Amino acid sequence: MIAELGLALLWIAAALACLSLIAGIVVLRGGPKDVAGLVRPASVAQGVLTAAAFALLIALFVRSDMSVELVARNSHSLKPMLFKVAGAWGNHEGSMLLWLTILGLSGGLVALFEKRLRADTLIATLAAQAALSLGFFAFLLFSSNPFKRLPIAPPDGQGLNPLLQDPGLAFHPPTLYIGYVGLSVAFSFAVGALVTREIGPAFARAMRPWVLGSWIFLTLGITAGSYWAYYELGWGGWWFWDPVENVSLVPWLAGAALLHSVAVTATRNALRAWTVMLAVIGFSMSMVGTFIVRSGLLTSVHSFAVDPERGTFLLVLMLVYIGGALTLFAFRASAVAEGKQFALLSREGSLVINNLLLTTILALVLLGTLYPIVAEAMGEKISVGPPYYNKVAGPLALILCLVMVAGPLLRWRRDDGRTLWARLPLALLAGATVLFGLILFGGPIGILPLLGMTVAAVVAVASLAPLWKRKLRRVPLPTWGMVIAHFGVAVALAGMAAESAFIKERLVAAAPGETVKVADFTVKFARVEPVAGPNYTAVRATLVATTPSGSSFILHPAARTFPGLMGGAPTETNEAALLTRPGGQLYAVLGQPVPSADGSADRYQLRLWWKPLVWWIWLGGALIAMGGTLALLGRAQLLAIWRARRARKAQMRFAP
Amino acid sequence: MKRRWILFAPLAIMALLFGAFLYRLSVPDDRLIESQWIDKPMPLFDLPPATAGVAGLKSSDLADGRPRLVNVFASWCIPCRAEAPQLEALKAAGVPIDGIAIRDRPDDVAAFLRENGNPFDRIGSDVQSSVQIALGSSGVPETFLIDGKGIIREQIQGVILADDVPGIIARLEAMK
Repeated sequence: MIAELGLALLWIAAALACLSLIAGIVVLRGGPKDVAGLVRPASVAQGVLTAAAFALLIALFVRSDMSVELVARNSHSLKPMLFKVAGAWGNHEGSMLLWLTILGLSGGLVALFEKRLRADTLIATLAAQAALSLGFFAFLLFSSNPFKRLPIAPPDGQGLNPLLQDPGLAFHPPTLYIGYVGLSVAFSFAVGALVTREIGPAFARAMRPWVLGSWIFLTLGITAGSYWAYYELGWGGWWFWDPVENVSLVPWLAGAALLHSVAVTATRNALRAWTVMLAVIGFSMSMVGTFIVRSGLLTSVHSFAVDPERGTFLLVLMLVYIGGALTLFAFRASAVAEGKQFALLSREGSLVINNLLLTTILALVLLGTLYPIVAEAMGEKISVGPPYYNKVAGPLALILCLVMVAGPLLRWRRDDGRTLWARLPLALLAGATVLFGLILFGGPIGILPLLGMTVAAVVAVASLAPLWKRKLRRVPLPTWGMVIAHFGVAVALAGMAAESAFIKERLVAAAPGETVKVADFTVKFARVEPVAGPNYTAVRATLVATTPSGSSFILHPAARTFPGLMGGAPTETNEAALLTRPGGQLYAVLGQPVPSADGSADRYQLRLWWKPLVWWIWLGGALIAMGGTLALLGRAQLLAIWRARRARKAQMRFAP
Repeated sequence: MKRRWILFAPLAIMALLFGAFLYRLSVPDDRLIESQWIDKPMPLFDLPPATAGVAGLKSSDLADGRPRLVNVFASWCIPCRAEAPQLEALKAAGVPIDGIAIRDRPDDVAAFLRENGNPFDRIGSDVQSSVQIALGSSGVPETFLIDGKGIIREQIQGVILADDVPGIIARLEAMK
């Protein structure tokens, strides 16, 4: 019954989306005004029903109802509970339902809480959001029904890709999806504003928290995904420029650009057409990303659903949405009056440069990701690797960081640069110290990592400059947010640069009892032993790593074997062992046993890395997300409301 | 009012992109890609012997100053048998050749060498195809031309034909 109820809820939700859209169109075409009253409740109900359907899907996974095809294909009764739940979205149909749930809930939230927009713009926005939902409802209901029953229920399920059986991954896709789909609200706001021609500070201020919110989730999702790939894949890298990573980075870049341009529109009523275009681009990039992953257009470790037919469906959907929004933009944006003027040396000026750089990086990453497809269309076969991205994106990102130093120290409209010059020397001093220190004592370092560490030092100091000589308690939350996020960029940049400059790698075939040296560590390979997990068997090694100061730590890298279910081949995964030290991480991977020819003890392949400051990368990511959250809290004015309430209470207490 | 044509640029870019997507969806990918490893050092690996009597292979063996071939093969691969005479010819011409046996068993490798001759100085056993994947090799046989410093200079996908032999010898000579 649960599955049938879920399907019924989805159909009702789809009908409600249809209702919102039609009612919206009727009102905007000057139809009866009372129809407008339908749009808000329908949007809210649509969100609630979709979320309920998603909850029912999770319930099916929790109960291991193998008569449902999706559960049978992706779950197993012996799987730990966390992975049963995560199994609900760890597959194509479930993740599309999650996508729709977020789409519906964001629409519902806008309907409930958005009070700043003009009434007709809000209706147009909600109608646009309903139109988005409607297409994806069609996709889900006609080509990937998650609630489909099997004629005969199998005795048990087929499990889940063991690579995906990791707590980190249980939360990674939902986080990223909230980010992706949150951008849909900005998209709908842009479409709504284009329809009613209300493009100005009010529209920008309404859109701003949504952009910020989804961007925070994208930041968290990308950071967590990078850490997951780092410890789970056992390759020791934290970013592979894999197509699927790139398509999550592209909406993030668009979101970052939008975040800064929307600030200009909200505060200074400038860059209006540009902000609208970025809002359209942001969600478009989310859709292109999903499309690339879902259609198997570019294959990679991440694609678990490869199906050209679904690809075609999604392509048509995107063609309608992106094409429609950009056409609307092309015709309406010319009617958008020029915004306020500003000098190049001003806050706006620096944000324009920020936007140009971010969109250029975005275009280059997108180009690299899609170039193999385009090149093939012209009869050439090419794959684009990390060298391309590092070469093109690296220098631009460094320049971007330098602009980030200046931007917050400039005033809106026009600036004489006095504050900038007054506060810059300390930052430049920090940069110069790091630069010369590295040249003198750092040994041979590539130019990009060297500049990376230098710029990181400059940014780290300069990012704190906006707090200089201010009463810290009076600094508004969004400013704190900006300072912390910019500081986070410096921390992440330092981590990336230091890791690539000073990484040490050892690969040995060692027998238990032997010792290996890597960087300053002496690693003793103590023993190997078989271990049985809940649904796998593993060979686990015990390593004792000793630092020069004499303290020792135990690491347990393991190689897990998941039995092949239903006649499939067994799958192996490497569980890397990590030792986090203040100076970096020791990363150990246990490889294949090497049978010895002469009958002595078996040797094992051991791969050891010393990765200096590597964890700063994710610390930086977390700081950026934290900065974003503070800014969001400030913007959503929760704190202001709370303070006002407290003040009122206090007044009442002292009232005579 | 003058229409600003620049505003149509995003639409045009999107049209181009979607054209490429459509093309790709209609023409499936055959996955033949040029190696990213050309002019890069061999990835780090250390493979155990594939069979008794022939040494295993590790990446540091490949940087001994002599340009050489690394042949990725398997006893279960029929084209590899067809390739054996060409490898023998290269061996006879003084070219050092190392092998990587993919997903193979020691007995099968021994039988393969008995039947087809053994042109290899060393054979590493890559049971999990991990080195093969790291090298970006998509099948067997494949042959890599390595210069004396362990840098990959060329990748030959598929069987080496009799006509290819003189060219390979010449290119390895040129690397000395």
